[in-house]
Amino acid sequence: MGCLEALKPEVILSQTTFKEAREYIRKNVREYHEVEPGYRIFDVHIIGVPPLYVGVEGEHLIFPYTKPCHGTFVVKVAGGEEIARLRARRK
Amino acid sequence: MTENNEKTALILLGCPQVPVQTSMALYLVHGLKEQGIRPVIAGTQAARKLMEVADPDWHYVSEMTDLDAAIDEITGKQRDFDLCFVFIHNDSGIAYAGTMAYISKARVYALLFGEHARDLAGEIEFPCEVVAAKAVHNPMPLKRKLDEVMQWAVSKR
Repeated sequence: MGCLEALKPEVILSQTTFKEAREYIRKNVREYHEVEPGYRIFDVHIIGVPPLYVGVEGEHLIFPYTKPCHGTFVVKVAGGEEIARLRARRK
Repeated sequence: MTENNEKTALILLGCPQVPVQTSMALYLVHGLKEQGIRPVIAGTQAARKLMEVADPDWHYVSEMTDLDAAIDEITGKQRDFDLCFVFIHNDSGIAYAGTMAYISKARVYALLFGEHARDLAGEIEFPCEVVAAKAVHNPMPLKRKLDEVMQWAVSKR
């Protein structure tokens, strides 16, 4: 998964659609934040049509990751300082 | 647009598993260059290699870049384009086109092909010009549709 591999992701959903990934996060992750297309987490851009969601679960981020040939994955990675940056976007 | 006011177009390639993509991308960059528009191709490594092998002297290809690098430059406001053509034959292609429609000021053209071109076209819910044809091995149905758009794109310059 390119740069994402370095984050040692746990794959929650694989080879799905960006819409199904959106619904999974919305329905299964208590804390989630809407981000714009192209939003960057570490070296990964969130790809898709709004609304796009990034979830926070404990110390982890859950987000959609789209590959051109294999569809969209929902992955879980250690969030680090990206969690604070995501929460700071809240108005 | 470049510093010398040259018009530019981003051509965003999808997964190269459907044969018509590389052929149509070369045809598109040829057409754009004929109109004085500088094409920049973004795609996976495999998609770019297919272009390189098909155009070894870079007669048609001017510049190629990685997908993530292109998105990085646009979201970072370092670069943008006047036109953006996104090749689409799967859900990921729709996701990339939707992203481009959001992050770029370019006029976006969604070029849909493959077995499910028309069904995929129905999934598009963002502003763009839709060009769809059921083309898998034979590029002619998509070429005909693209020719109509190319004339239109030029007249809007």
